[in-house]
Amino acid sequence: MLALLKKAYLNNSLVSGATLLSVLAAVIIVAPFLYPGDPQSMVAPALIRPGEDARYILGTDGLGHDLTAELMHGAGISVMIGIGSVTVGVFVGTIIGAIGGYFGGLVDDLLTRLTELFQTVPTFLLVMALVCVFEPSLVVIIAAIAATSWVSVARITRAQFRTLRQRDYVLAARTLGYSDARIIVVEILPNAIAPIVANISLMIASAILLESALSFIGLGDPNVVSWGSMIAEGRDYMRSDWYLIAIPGAAIAATVFAFNLVGDGLNHVLNARASS
Amino acid sequence: MKFSSLRRGLVMSGRVLLSIPFRALPTLLAAIVVSFLLLRLIPGDAVDVMASQVALSNESDIAKWRHDLGLDRSIGEQLLDYIVNLARLDFGYSHIYNMPVASLIGERLPSTCLLAGTAFVVAIILGILAGVISGYAKGGALDQLTSAVLLLLYSVPAFWTGLLLIEVFAVWLNWLPLGGSQSLGLDLSGAARIGDRLRHLVLPAVTLALFYIAVDARLVRASMLEVQNQDYIRTAIAKGLDRHTIVWKHMLRNALLPLTAVAGNRIGAMLGGAVTIETVFNWPGMGRLAFEAVLKRDFTVLTAILVLSAFFVIAANIIVDLIQVWIDPRIEH
Repeated sequence: MLALLKKAYLNNSLVSGATLLSVLAAVIIVAPFLYPGDPQSMVAPALIRPGEDARYILGTDGLGHDLTAELMHGAGISVMIGIGSVTVGVFVGTIIGAIGGYFGGLVDDLLTRLTELFQTVPTFLLVMALVCVFEPSLVVIIAAIAATSWVSVARITRAQFRTLRQRDYVLAARTLGYSDARIIVVEILPNAIAPIVANISLMIASAILLESALSFIGLGDPNVVSWGSMIAEGRDYMRSDWYLIAIPGAAIAATVFAFNLVGDGLNHVLNARASS
Repeated sequence: MKFSSLRRGLVMSGRVLLSIPFRALPTLLAAIVVSFLLLRLIPGDAVDVMASQVALSNESDIAKWRHDLGLDRSIGEQLLDYIVNLARLDFGYSHIYNMPVASLIGERLPSTCLLAGTAFVVAIILGILAGVISGYAKGGALDQLTSAVLLLLYSVPAFWTGLLLIEVFAVWLNWLPLGGSQSLGLDLSGAARIGDRLRHLVLPAVTLALFYIAVDARLVRASMLEVQNQDYIRTAIAKGLDRHTIVWKHMLRNALLPLTAVAGNRIGAMLGGAVTIETVFNWPGMGRLAFEAVLKRDFTVLTAILVLSAFFVIAANIIVDLIQVWIDPRIEH
């Protein structure tokens, strides 16, 4: 454990990613205190440029919304959708992958077919169709992204369970008469979990990207600020006030970059351990 | 090619082709059923949309209309009808565009193929180049720099990159057009026409490619690093082969296998990515059609796009399987 921590500490991407993420967490925590109330309310004259007015550091948009307030509130929404959808996706994917990999046979066959089906329809089109059918709200968006993100988890988990179920300790547990559920959850899962965990941060990164694209094309929750919809609104002022698209886009990129850095770092630390 | 490996290749290709009715077709059928049912979940059907457009409220007219379109039958019958029609390449009729969906898609598909095809090739070439740099300079400053840049490319939303490229190259520098797939009203011909098309293609294709350059380069880099310590590379070094031969011939060949493996699903991912990018660049393709269908709530068109994408992905994966049989001698099953 100590060696693992030391390795994590020495991993550049993990450390820099975690630093970025703590900044992000700080932003999310202070947002409601610094900018209480609805960030989508008119507070100032429209189109103040960044740096022009000390009260509105990042300027205001075409409708007189404070860009700093929108940006800070948007951070919480993005991260919440990212983490929420990945939590659901990992939960569902682990169950499906574990059942298929452990039992094998017909059950495995059917579940594999189900996984293949979800890989067949392009992710973004599927999410778009789902959100469109059920009307955009935070819950629907989280569920729609989760409906596509469980697939990779199920594949990883299934592969892990297929190898691990033949180990001696599983045989021993069976001989002792343990139930299948207990063997899956208590015996195999702890040994199968490293690559699943290593994948989580990368999954959050792509979920945030997916959400930004959704709200960019107008399928975000209309009741909350989101970075993607900020960019969509900024498009109208593109020729003169390009900061309106540059700033929220940079926020998305920085956030996704941070999660990807941590993901790369985790992969390096956890998978190297698994192979040694 | 040795006779035994030729025979193995033929046998394996036969197996791939034989699996189509048992694996690919049921998956396609399931994709059709799921897409159809999913988009029939919405309250209101085509007749409701039309009735609201022409402000029709006479109940008996509406019922007759519904009957004419077959919308008063059970969902099972409608589904069966849909599948039978699909087999004849009939994707239904869009009452919002007032034309058969098949001709609507037929108009848009070539543009998307051009865009996605170009991005696909650009991504593979640049992805391999970037990945090879790591093969040469593992852990060095150059490798770390490329890795960081690639991770950044991997993190940037594509529609945003597109907007920034438009801002720089179309608005500020005025080098390339703002959007569209050709200049309107110029009536160009010959080389001028091709040049005009190419100028319109550059920005959207680069935008779509950027993310996949990062994906491909990361794949190539990972397999380069993996291969580095294997015996056959040590043997090559011990034989005194020069570095270029080792990297380009011995290492890259194996690093290309994972690229082939992801190529099938890449088609689907690019069709999805095309939605935002075609919207940003006003590119008259299937992605923007999907976006418009969502806006106009034209679910006949959206179902058709889902079904067609599923078909493309499945077909591409069969082709990938066939290619892999011939280039990877390790595949036995």
